[in-house]
Amino acid sequence: MFNIPIVPIRASEFADQYDWLFYIILALTFFFTFVVGAVTLFLVIRYRRGTKVDRSHPPHENLPLEITWSVIPLVLGLVIFALGARQFIYFKTPPNNALEVYCVGKQWMWHFQHAESGVRENNALHLPMGVPVKITMISQDVIHALFIPEFRFQYQVVPGEYTQAWITPTRIGTYHLFCNMYCGTQHSEMGGYVYVMSRADYAKWSQNGGSDPEPMTLVQRGKLVFDRLNCASCHTTRDDDRAPTLDGVYGKLIHYTDGSSMVVDSARLREAIINPYNHVVQGYGNTMPEYQGAISEMDLFPLMEYLKTLGQVQAAKKGSESSTNPMFIPTAVKQRKLAVGALGSGHAESSSPTKNNLSVGEVSSSNRAPGN
Amino acid sequence: MSTTAILTEPKAKVEKNYLNVDHSIKSWLLTGDHKRIGIMYLVTISFFFALGSMFAGAIRLELTSPDGLFLESETYNKIFSAHGIVMVFFFLVPAVPAIFGNFLVPIMIGAKDVAFPRLNLMSYYMFLTAGILFLIGQIMGGVDTGWTFYTPYSSMYSNSQVGITIAAIFIGGFSSIFTGLNFVITIHKMRAPGMTWFRLPLFIWSIYGTSIVVILGTPVVAITLLLVVVERTMHIGIFSPDLGGDPVLFQHMFWFYSHPAVYIMVLPAFGIESELITAFARRRIFGYHFVAFSTLAISLLGFFVWGHHMFISGQSMYQGVVFSLISFLIAVPSAIKIFNWMSTLYKGNIRLQTPMIYALGFIGLFVVGGLTGLFLASIGTDVHLSATYFVIAHFHYVMVGGSVTAYLGAIHYWWPKMTGRLYHEGIARYNAFLVFIGFNLTFFPQFIVGYLGMPRRYHYYYFAPEFQAYHVMSSLGASVLAISLIVPACYLTYSLFLGPRASSNPWGTHGLEWTIASPPITANFDHLPIVTDEVYDYERLDREELLEENADGIEEPMPVKTF
Repeated sequence: MFNIPIVPIRASEFADQYDWLFYIILALTFFFTFVVGAVTLFLVIRYRRGTKVDRSHPPHENLPLEITWSVIPLVLGLVIFALGARQFIYFKTPPNNALEVYCVGKQWMWHFQHAESGVRENNALHLPMGVPVKITMISQDVIHALFIPEFRFQYQVVPGEYTQAWITPTRIGTYHLFCNMYCGTQHSEMGGYVYVMSRADYAKWSQNGGSDPEPMTLVQRGKLVFDRLNCASCHTTRDDDRAPTLDGVYGKLIHYTDGSSMVVDSARLREAIINPYNHVVQGYGNTMPEYQGAISEMDLFPLMEYLKTLGQVQAAKKGSESSTNPMFIPTAVKQRKLAVGALGSGHAESSSPTKNNLSVGEVSSSNRAPGN
Repeated sequence: MSTTAILTEPKAKVEKNYLNVDHSIKSWLLTGDHKRIGIMYLVTISFFFALGSMFAGAIRLELTSPDGLFLESETYNKIFSAHGIVMVFFFLVPAVPAIFGNFLVPIMIGAKDVAFPRLNLMSYYMFLTAGILFLIGQIMGGVDTGWTFYTPYSSMYSNSQVGITIAAIFIGGFSSIFTGLNFVITIHKMRAPGMTWFRLPLFIWSIYGTSIVVILGTPVVAITLLLVVVERTMHIGIFSPDLGGDPVLFQHMFWFYSHPAVYIMVLPAFGIESELITAFARRRIFGYHFVAFSTLAISLLGFFVWGHHMFISGQSMYQGVVFSLISFLIAVPSAIKIFNWMSTLYKGNIRLQTPMIYALGFIGLFVVGGLTGLFLASIGTDVHLSATYFVIAHFHYVMVGGSVTAYLGAIHYWWPKMTGRLYHEGIARYNAFLVFIGFNLTFFPQFIVGYLGMPRRYHYYYFAPEFQAYHVMSSLGASVLAISLIVPACYLTYSLFLGPRASSNPWGTHGLEWTIASPPITANFDHLPIVTDEVYDYERLDREELLEENADGIEEPMPVKTF
C-alpha cells in the first residue's frame, strides 16, 4: 500500500526513446491545458456580469487569428506525428542479429520458446540484458496482447497471423507480463513475469534448460513433429510425383498454380501447412491434408525451425561460425548449436553429449531416413 | 423577442401546452409530437444512464482490492461489458440527438414538428425494443465480450448472450438511423422563412453533422455485428481464422463505425457548448463559420481515422502511420472550436449560472481529454498506452467530461423550456462543482495508473498490487460523482411538482425556442415565425431590453434566483 510508483521503470532501450517522446507530449499537454485554463478563467473573471470594463464592439470574426490557431496545432501535431512514426517504425524493424523468441498466447497462459536454445517456458520470459530480442507472436485461440509495461512493449497476439516486434532489455530485474487484450473469463490472470538476467546468467540458465522439463533444441523438437505427422512419407529429398521437396524450401521463390509466386517465409510456410489449398505449388494438385486444428501453434514454431534447416547440410556445418547473433554466443549455446548442425548433417556423434543434447543422437539416428 | 420575466406567475391560469393538452396514456404512446417523443426518450435514456452508472459503481467497488471484493471474474466481465454497451449504445449515442435534438430541432428552426413525425415515433419504439431486448439478454445471463465484441472471442468462444445483445444493438442502430434521417430532412426542408443556413444555431449544425455520420456509419456496424451472429450461429467463416476468416477484419469494420461514433457522441455536445457559451456570455459566437465548418470537417475526417484503434493489431506498419497522420489532422478542427469558444468570452457579459458552469467545466475537461488523445494518436506512444487505463481515462474525459457535462448543462439550460418549471439554482450551482471534482478524482488517477501499465478490463491485479492506491482514489471519486448525479435527479424531480413556473425566456437569451411559451404549445408557434435577426444577435436583444427598461422602469430582467 505504501509502494506507490508514479512512473513506470524504464527497462529497455525502446523505453528510453519512448519516454523522451512521452514527456514532450506531456509538456505540451500541461502547457496548453494551463493556457486554456488560465485564459478562460481570466476572461470569465474580467467579463463577468457587473464589472466595469469596455465591452464595446466585440469582434465576431478574425481570419488571421483563426488561421494562427489552426496552423500552430497543425504544425505541432505534424512534428509529434513524425517523431511517433519514426519510433514505431524502429519498434517494428528488428535488427538482423536479434535473438528470436516465439510466443504463443492461449486462454489463459503465455507460452514462450527460445529459438536459439530451444528452452520453453510458460507465463515467464527470461531474457538476457543488452541483447536485442525479436518476439514473433501468434495466438492459439482468441486475440491477446503481449504487454510488458517496463519495456513499453505491447503488441497484439492474433490467431492465424504472425505478429512481430523487438526490444532490447537494459536493466536486470523482474517485470510485469500482462495480457492486454480482453480474452475471456480469466483475462486478468493471464500474466506472469519477465526476468532480465545478465548474459552469463542467461547462458547458464538456457544451458540448464531453464524450467523446461524436456530440454531440446527447437530443431530437434521440430524433427519430432515432422516425424509424428509423417511428413517425410510424401516430402522427400527431391520433387517427386506426390509432393515437392522441402529441402531448402525456406527463402526459396516458389511458383503456384494460381500464377502467383512467393518467397517462402514463416507466414507462407504456416499457411501451406494449415491451409495448403490456398496456394498449391505448380505441378501438384490438392493432395496434402489440411492441418487446420491438427497441429498446435506450439508445434508449428519448432516444425518451421526444422524445415529451415532442411537441405542446409553445408550451411549447417558452418552454422556455428555464421551464428545469427554475433552479439550473443555464450559457449554453452554455441556447443548445442554445433549439435544442431550435426543433426542436420547426420553426424551427431561429432558433438559431445551433455545433459541437454543427450537426446540428439537418438533423434538424429532417425534423421529423415524414410522416404529416400 | 425580449422578455420581461415574471418569475412566479400566478398559478391560477395555466395555458394549454404540449404537456397538459391531453393527459391520457394513449395520447403519450401514440403521439407524433416531437416534444413528447423527446420527453419519452428523456425518461428511457435516464433509466439506462442510471443502470450504466450502477454497473460502473460495481466495477469501481470491485477494483478497490487487487483480489476483488465480491464478484467472480465471469460476473465482473459481464458487468464491464454491460456498462460499456449501456453507456455507449443506450446513453451516449442517443442522448443528445434523441432528447434535445427531438425537442429543439424543429423549434430552433421555426417548424411545427420534424419532417416525419410517425417515423420519429417508430424510432422511439425501436429504441425501446432494443433496450428491452438488451435487458432480456441481461436477465438470461448477460454478455461478456466487452462493448467492442472483438472476434473471434465473440463469434467462437464466448458462452454468453451475444446473439440477443447484438440484436438489441442492431435494432437500436436503426432507431438512430431513422432519427438522423428525420433531422437531415427537417433541417433541409422545414426551416422558417428567413432562417438561412448561416442563421442556424450551432446546435443545429452539430445535429446535422451528427445525423450525417449516423446515416453513413451505423449501417456498417449493424452489418458487422450481424456477421458476428452469422459466424456464431452458422459457422460461416468471416472473422475466425479456424474457419478461414480474418479476425483483424472485424476490427476494421467495427471501428469504421465506432470511431465516427465517438463523434456521434461528442458533436452534439459541441453544439450544446456553443449554445451555452453564447447564451451566458451574452454575445455572438466568435467565428460562427469556423465553428460550423469545423463540425462538418470533424464529421468527414472522422471516417478516415478508424485505424488508430488498431496500431498494434497487426495491420501493416505503413497503414498505421497513415492513420496516425490523419488522426493528428482531426485535432485541428477541435482546437478551432475550443479557441473560438474562449474568444466568445472576450468582451462578454458573463453570467455564471448553472449551465455556464457546466459549459466552462466542459472546456477544461475536453481540453485534457483532447490533448491526452495526442499520446494515443502518435503511433509510437500508443504502443505502450494502448488498451491501458490511460485510454480509459482519455475517453472518459471526452465522453463524460465532454458529452455528459454538456448533457447536464443542456438539461439545466432547457429544463424550464421543457417542463415549464424552475429548479433551485443555488443547489444546482454547487452541484456542478461537485460533478467537476468527483469526475477529476475518478479519472485523473487512471492516467497515472495507465501509464504505469494497468491493463483495462482486469478483474484482478494481484500481479501488481502497487496499483491499488490509484484504484482506491478512483473509486472514492466515483462515489462523489455518484452523489453529484443523484442530487440533480432529486432537485429536478422536485421542481417538476413544486418548482416555480418558468417564464417563456427565464435566462433572457436569444433564439427561437425562447420566443415561445414554456412549456411550448403542441404546434410550437402561434403563427409561423419569420426570422429577421442574425443568430445570437445579443446586441439587438440588449438594445430592445434597454428600450423596454427605459420605458417601464423594470430594473433587472434577469431571473432565476428561485424559491
